Amino acid sequence: MTMVVETARLTQKDFASSDDVRWCPGCGDYGILSSVLKVLPELEIPKENFVWVSGIGCSSRFPYYVDTYGFHSIHGRAPAVALGVKAANPKLSVWLVTGDGDGLSIGGNHLMHCFRRNLDVKVLLFNNRIYGLTKGQYSPTSELGKQTHSSPFGSADRPVDPIRFALGCGATFVARSYDTAGAHLVDVLRRAARHRGTAFVEILQNCHVFNDAAFEQITNKASASANQLRLENGKPLVYGEAKDKGLALDPATLSLAKVENVGSNGSSKSLMVHDESSPILAQFLASLSFPEYPVPLGVLYANSLPTYEDQLHHLDIQAKETARGGLQALLKSGQVWQVPAA
Amino acid sequence: MQNESEVPSNKPEIVVNGAVIRFAGDSGDGVQLTGQRFTSAVALAGNDVATLPDFPSEIRAPAGTLYGVSGYQLQFASKDVFTPGDSLDVLVALNAAALQTNLSDLKPGGLLVVDSGALGAAQLKKAGYATNPLEDGSLSGYQVAAIDISTLTRKAVTPVGLSTKEAGRCKNFWTLGLIFSIYDRSLDTTLSFIAEQFKKKPQFAEGNSIALKAGYAFGTASELFHQRYRIAAAPRNPGLYRNIDGNTALSYGLIAGSVCAGRHLVLGAYPITPASAILQELSKHRHLGVTAIQAEDEIAAACLALGAAYAGAVGICCTSGPGMALKTEAIGLAVATELPMVIVDVQRAGPSTGLPTKPEQSDLYLAVHGRNGEAPVCVLAPATPAECFTVAYDAVRIAIRHMTPVIILSDAYLAHGAEPWLVPDVDQLPKFEQTALPPTELFTPMLRNDVTLARPWASPGTPGYEHRIGGLEKDYDTGQISVDPLNHERMVRTRAEKVARIADDMPECRIEVGASQGKLLVIGWGSTYGSIREAVAQLHAKGVSVGHLHLRGLCPFPRGLEAVMSAFGKILVAELNSGQLAQLLRAKFCLDIKSFTKIQGKPIRTDELMDRILKESEDYS
Repeated sequence: MTMVVETARLTQKDFASSDDVRWCPGCGDYGILSSVLKVLPELEIPKENFVWVSGIGCSSRFPYYVDTYGFHSIHGRAPAVALGVKAANPKLSVWLVTGDGDGLSIGGNHLMHCFRRNLDVKVLLFNNRIYGLTKGQYSPTSELGKQTHSSPFGSADRPVDPIRFALGCGATFVARSYDTAGAHLVDVLRRAARHRGTAFVEILQNCHVFNDAAFEQITNKASASANQLRLENGKPLVYGEAKDKGLALDPATLSLAKVENVGSNGSSKSLMVHDESSPILAQFLASLSFPEYPVPLGVLYANSLPTYEDQLHHLDIQAKETARGGLQALLKSGQVWQVPAA
Repeated sequence: MQNESEVPSNKPEIVVNGAVIRFAGDSGDGVQLTGQRFTSAVALAGNDVATLPDFPSEIRAPAGTLYGVSGYQLQFASKDVFTPGDSLDVLVALNAAALQTNLSDLKPGGLLVVDSGALGAAQLKKAGYATNPLEDGSLSGYQVAAIDISTLTRKAVTPVGLSTKEAGRCKNFWTLGLIFSIYDRSLDTTLSFIAEQFKKKPQFAEGNSIALKAGYAFGTASELFHQRYRIAAAPRNPGLYRNIDGNTALSYGLIAGSVCAGRHLVLGAYPITPASAILQELSKHRHLGVTAIQAEDEIAAACLALGAAYAGAVGICCTSGPGMALKTEAIGLAVATELPMVIVDVQRAGPSTGLPTKPEQSDLYLAVHGRNGEAPVCVLAPATPAECFTVAYDAVRIAIRHMTPVIILSDAYLAHGAEPWLVPDVDQLPKFEQTALPPTELFTPMLRNDVTLARPWASPGTPGYEHRIGGLEKDYDTGQISVDPLNHERMVRTRAEKVARIADDMPECRIEVGASQGKLLVIGWGSTYGSIREAVAQLHAKGVSVGHLHLRGLCPFPRGLEAVMSAFGKILVAELNSGQLAQLLRAKFCLDIKSFTKIQGKPIRTDELMDRILKESEDYS
């Protein structure tokens, strides 16, 4: 039974484990860890009710560094492990950490089913477009033609887009941020934490050892504003240093088209206004290809649907209505006969 | 109570000890249902009974084909029976293909009931007959009752208003009625079954009832059958009984285990023959704390069971060989994280897809050794359908007490075979010992119990026990990740010792039947129990120095095994594979062990094993 204990307000320190953090110095994972540790105390969830579940890869070492319950499982299977955890105890706050290889290659199937079930878990996918822990092979998000240790002449595989994958599988919350985004990442994580259902966050993460500067144009300060489309619900889609560029719906091509010189903060009426609840708009945003278009950051899609746990609860009610007694009744169900004592 | 159709017969009644009957027909003929109803009726009348359903993996193979034949064999008697029988007293063949594929199992002089209405030229040709066996003298060694069952059934049920095709589907109940009349059985329980089963389709209920009664009346009146047979009730311990098949008993045992542990049961499963019935059964009992999840694949099924175990539930998965292969990595993680989990492997003939509906015991190596690294687990095997209950219950108990995955090796024969079962009293089930958590200040994830070496089961939601665990090697003392070489060796040896100590928690091995010392010891495991017991009992009664030992624990082996083996001059292991247990025993005990093997997707016959036992005994003397 879960004991609810009134405790003093938790702080970041309470969530930092005593384990040595073993990522390479300078790894983008540090920034993500730090943002997560900022968010956790705010959620007012007792420490013992958090479970961090991961698969295999650099990102999947994450649970060791958070002082809650944690399960470092096997390659790609974290969503399946998390399903079991939630089936056993739906009250837990379960967070998954995965990577582009773990989540979209070996574990793609489980992630798909996690999304369609709308299991109430938070999925943080660290996308560095490379296999790091196995030392530099191409991943399912590596660009076509990418030269790596396992593709010396360039990869023949077209990349998968994590956001479009999540939307396609029916995820109810889809967002994107990046390792060094600071307040933006914290905001996105906070939103994810409060979403009921599977909350998917793609976090662009730099692996400076095997795929350095993969997102440089998006994340470096000089080009960030030109290349980032920061989404705000109910606000026009604008970007650029002066917020003077925007996106408008082009009915002729059924796509988002760039609009230049839109005036300060996109005051032009023709601009598309972000609506997180629109699955169609989410698809449009997810389809913007960089570098022709800026990269959408923030919450692309959020919708409230019954969670897997809600469905289980519904089954419980049904089961209680039709229950036919306890264990003993079950064992003697069917056609029985009594053999009398001689 | 006599049904109105059960008119008194003036045929002489002959008392016999038992009979072996096989119903055979097209896979769409309702043969399995016929066999199940006959089994239920004789069990309710107090006979002991053992069954052997045998069906193709095609759902409805093209009509009349040899590979589409479905069979259901049973032995019932006025004494204990342990096998469905070797050769048949009665064969019921509902089409030409069934006759072709089953006739060789009928005893000389045995009763052959054949549907002559299903022996048309085309059907005979499809079954490989050049001439009609009813006319060419090839059946002269049997007592043949050729009856146009198809036509008689249609005529009987026409008034109900069923179509010709629908009427034809009542012929299994007509046949059942006929056999009931020969063995002097009441129709009552079958009629109430039909009423219940077809209550939403009253026309079918009526049609099947009429067919059942018509078959019975035909058998009573027909001159084809000169006598009736009487098989008295078998002596039994008093109590409440029901029929149960292995998959149901196994499901009930798992539920009983979790209820008695006071924990939720979370099942992860992916449909696979012949284990799907466990998933379906467990899905019905949510009110008993059972959450059954049909996972996206076999790997997810194992992983979710393990995740549930981590979170404090009894984590279960059920599968068969191909699924077992896919689960190996997850079971290895269960070994590394030392979490309680039960994996049921309802074995079928392999490799790969193999013979999906046929039994084999060929996953023993896979269960005992089939993981990367040094990854010992507990492996148990039930011997009979009813024993699936106790073994499943025990698997849950051992998994929790010893904090280890436990594999149950059932097989297709146990899964579908049924027998009468003395319904246990829930209050009398063995109680569970669940170790309390240590005080938080002493807690580490690897703090072991002195007796069992089990680690504490601290689940998320429990304040003060927050910890991280996973597949990386852990420090013996702190439980934190460790790459220290000596620590790794210590952990490997400790995990092995933990599993070895489970033997202290299992009954010592004992002789089932026959000599407890002497010339030959026959060792078996799993579903071969009945055949081995029967063979040994018969020969021992004739003065052969032979005993039967049956292993329920395959890893670890039970205490006392070496002593029992050393009391015999020679050891023969009988199993449905190429000699896997024999090999494990040789490796463990360095003994010269003989092997009796069969890999045909069929159980061992008592007579073939008796021949081998005699040969081994003679060679010895």
